[in-house]
Amino acid sequence: MVSGLSLRDMFLEGVRPIEKLLRYVEIEDDRAIIDASELKHKEVNDLLRYVALKHVTKVDLVNVVGQRYIGTRLHIPNPSPKLEIHIQGTPGNDLGAFLDRHRIIVHGNAQDGVGNTMDDGEIVVYGRAGDVVAMSMRGGKIFIRDNVGYRTAIHMKEYVGKIPILVVGGTAQDFFGEYMAGGRVILLGLNLKEGERHKAHYIGTGMHGGIIYLRGKVEDYQLGKEVGILKLEEEDWKFVERQVEQYCNYFGANKEKIMEGNFIKLVPVSRRPYGKIYAY
Amino acid sequence: MRFEINVKSERFIPDKDMQACGLFGVMNIEGKRFGGEMAIKAIINMKARGNGLGGGFAAYGIYPDYKDYYAIHIMFQNRNLDAKKKVDEFLSKNFDVVFDEEIPNNPEADVVDPPLVWRYFVSPKKEGEDVKLSDDDYVVSKVMHINTSIDDAYVFSSGKDMGVFKGVGFPEDVADFFLLNELYKGYIWVAHSRFPTNTPGWWGGAHPFSILDWTVVHNGEISSYGTNKRFLEMYGYYCTLFTDTEVMAYAVDLLMRRQGLPIEVVSKIFAAPMWDLIEHMDEKKKKLYSTLRMVYSPLLINGPFTVIVAHQGEMFGITDRIRLRPITAGAKGDFVFLSSEESAIRAVSPKLDLVWTPRGGEPVVVRLKRKDHLMSIKESI
Repeated sequence: MVSGLSLRDMFLEGVRPIEKLLRYVEIEDDRAIIDASELKHKEVNDLLRYVALKHVTKVDLVNVVGQRYIGTRLHIPNPSPKLEIHIQGTPGNDLGAFLDRHRIIVHGNAQDGVGNTMDDGEIVVYGRAGDVVAMSMRGGKIFIRDNVGYRTAIHMKEYVGKIPILVVGGTAQDFFGEYMAGGRVILLGLNLKEGERHKAHYIGTGMHGGIIYLRGKVEDYQLGKEVGILKLEEEDWKFVERQVEQYCNYFGANKEKIMEGNFIKLVPVSRRPYGKIYAY
Repeated sequence: MRFEINVKSERFIPDKDMQACGLFGVMNIEGKRFGGEMAIKAIINMKARGNGLGGGFAAYGIYPDYKDYYAIHIMFQNRNLDAKKKVDEFLSKNFDVVFDEEIPNNPEADVVDPPLVWRYFVSPKKEGEDVKLSDDDYVVSKVMHINTSIDDAYVFSSGKDMGVFKGVGFPEDVADFFLLNELYKGYIWVAHSRFPTNTPGWWGGAHPFSILDWTVVHNGEISSYGTNKRFLEMYGYYCTLFTDTEVMAYAVDLLMRRQGLPIEVVSKIFAAPMWDLIEHMDEKKKKLYSTLRMVYSPLLINGPFTVIVAHQGEMFGITDRIRLRPITAGAKGDFVFLSSEESAIRAVSPKLDLVWTPRGGEPVVVRLKRKDHLMSIKESI
């Protein structure tokens, strides 16, 4: 029945060498504009790398329509300056995957997997983001103005002084902070009505590290079995205030009003919640 | 870049856990008909979600001249003319065939091993016991007969004023093969780009899957396939296409057409809420959802999935209850879109009035002359 099959490469088919892509980029001193409308996933990143090596520091990436992995593969050894990438349009999945110190600003919505295993730098989204935001993120900061989808911050991690931070202005869908192993996540709920609960269920299921700061209302049954609720200490308040201030700088919200809200701190009750199930 | 597969290699079908399919649907809720361009352009935008081993389209409102007849699209594997002869005889015996022809195609298109694909416009000719059956049930029983008893003949679709066009290749190649953009205008277009993981890539196995005018495109993997299949067999549905998605098409036909349940209820059968969330609902909902879970437990669809289901006048998208596959909805004027990715919608309609993602298991229902799709916004992000 299966005859004459031929696999085709949906990522690399038709990818052009860099010489053929130069007509999509304009460089002026340390600024560049890249028109992504006809570019494939890999071609966008090839051009970003090209301009970074030409010592460009600010790129406008325009007409983006679903290209994936934007900003990955940009590890350029010191002391090269980091890039600031402004995206117009809708970037595809895994935006800023493995991001290495650069800044990405999305002027619109982002899709699934923002900041997947991001190492350092910053991603700012002037809109909403899809599922698995900050998945396995290990450093840097992500700010999302509006809502996020399922499994935000899944398996986010930290090591010694390297602590990733995610701030979400709206609410989230289920499994927020699932299997979280480290990092700091702030969920502000700014678009919820007075007294309206957050939309997520199973918050912090399997969480075994890191801290979630949650502003607004949430019922006990919306929380996973692996998290405990604490009050914020002075250190926590200072930390949250700093991040909220930055959020307000980006998106123009009122810091005082946000800080007046009701915050809770969610932490794991065990560092090894399933140890008794899988280990003997 | 294209490379032939060494059939001796064990690697010729991709591993189970790779990225899965791309889905797209667009409907004009005023019923205005338009060409296939949007669906084709959108599915091209999601090229990375397929691997060229299957693409397909369903379009509604495409046969206005024959809209009172069942339009039966049938493929003959290996261009088997003997199978066609048997089908011709079978159809003439059981139906009045008012017109039939090979579906126009472009032999230059970049598709793999095209079979012979024929369309018949028919009306039922019931005799004996069959007189008791409704027209629809009669057609279903005859479609099942062709699929199970005539080798090398597989029915792509069997509804009125609609059709399924599918095959092996990237979806844009399949569209090119069937000349979709040149020859057809419909008010609903659904597209699928396939990334087969567990089942073979062949023409009959491409999506959409269809029975009567119901079509289903699916991204994911139905791990409850065995349970669902055995349950459906009790109602006369037989799965012959080697693909899990088939059960979804038959389940929808059983629940929605034969039992008359609305999708708002059916979605709670397929993607039933978790028991621990049902516990916290008000009494009325608790009773409804518990009852559905108990009565229809063999039709709970388990495993990761997003589907777009369409039939005349209605299109809906739904994911599994914990959303292990993505969906995004968008609206612009009279057009409503459902897609695996927001960017594919933006590729055909850059400025949208609305864009949203419902919670897992919550359907986005798009109906003619209605605004029902807005109902799913409340719990969305």
